[in-house]
Amino acid sequence: MELQEHTSVAADMLRHFEEKIERGDAIEPKDRMPDGYRKHLIRQISQHAHSEVIGMQPEGNWVTRAPSLRAKQILLAKIQDEGGHGLYLYSAAETLGISRAEMIEQLHAGKAKYSNIFNYPALNWADIGAIGWLVDGAAIVNQVSLQRTSYGPYSRAMVRICKEESFHQRQGYEIMAKMMKGSAEQRDMAQDAMNRWWWPALMMFGPHDSDSPHTGDAFKWKIKRQSNDELRAKFIDKTVQQAEVIGLTIPDKDLKWNEARGHYDHGAINWDEFYRVINGNGPCNQQRMDHHKRVHAEGAWVREAAEAYRIKKEKKLHLS
Amino acid sequence: MATDSQLTQWEVFIQSKPGANYIHAGSVHAADKKMALQNARDTYTRRGEGTSIWAVPTDAIAASNPEDGDMFFDPANDKTYRLPTFYVMPEGAKAI
Repeated sequence: MELQEHTSVAADMLRHFEEKIERGDAIEPKDRMPDGYRKHLIRQISQHAHSEVIGMQPEGNWVTRAPSLRAKQILLAKIQDEGGHGLYLYSAAETLGISRAEMIEQLHAGKAKYSNIFNYPALNWADIGAIGWLVDGAAIVNQVSLQRTSYGPYSRAMVRICKEESFHQRQGYEIMAKMMKGSAEQRDMAQDAMNRWWWPALMMFGPHDSDSPHTGDAFKWKIKRQSNDELRAKFIDKTVQQAEVIGLTIPDKDLKWNEARGHYDHGAINWDEFYRVINGNGPCNQQRMDHHKRVHAEGAWVREAAEAYRIKKEKKLHLS
Repeated sequence: MATDSQLTQWEVFIQSKPGANYIHAGSVHAADKKMALQNARDTYTRRGEGTSIWAVPTDAIAASNPEDGDMFFDPANDKTYRLPTFYVMPEGAKAI
């Protein structure tokens, strides 16, 4: 009897939750939600937060070598934004009952992932252009769609991020456009960066819809609003046009406009490489994680000192 | 003390212009009020989003449960005489 009652309460809760989603109401931190919903969000938001923070590394590498003061200021502002975006997202994930310390622990233990794209190196200045243009461009397409995600704090973080992120894509495109107007050597550099970043950028949207393991509940619960392939198509259509304007070639001989679909068809993505890199064997996986762990450990004394200062001040307050 | 202390969580509210309501922006971690304000400024106001910031320890906020919504908000629904549209204006009278 008791068990039956318990099951019907759980079924009521789920029905109530799914009706809310159906109506298009946002879910807020204190709303009751299925465990699966909470878990899916924690995984997705923490991965998103880690990506923003790890993404500071390939660009940070170029701050001291930016070709002008203007470029350096812009790059610094962009990197500061990425750090801020990581914080918005950690703050959204915390509303689901996971602590920042746990999330960082999961990242260090390899249980939480970050976007695969940051396991590739930024070899020269053209890469900074390609990262802003292609990587941030792909991220924006995904994030614009996530502004309508069902979890309130995640959706609000996305709105804030999208407002700030469009400058990132534009500054990258500007670098590429400038190089394409430069010497033959500079044009070659830009094309070379394009060739190396194009395919990893397409992989950022994840496996094809037919092979994507997490989509079922994510769609039903409106965590995800558009499929991997839909978002990828959107990115390709916009980016091909921008590439043509500045004279860059898309490194895909099978790329062709499909009149019937209203989208470009693209060549086969090398998913073997995707899984090889995601499983830890990309060019920079080790370096990115080592760096994060080292800096986190080196910063421990700052957090300890701040905590000790707070305790000292509280004691003084109680004495006086 | 744990070496991975993440300090205390604070909720951040920003006023977009003088006279406006303070609106919740998100949260930050900080050891004290001063650090909370500095972190809130760095995190949430990089593009002139506001004129003033409140930072409040998350623990200090009392929040209602969505399930108790009826208890909190129902009284307004059956007391429509609290709304101006409840009243019939005499023909020809202008609104104030």
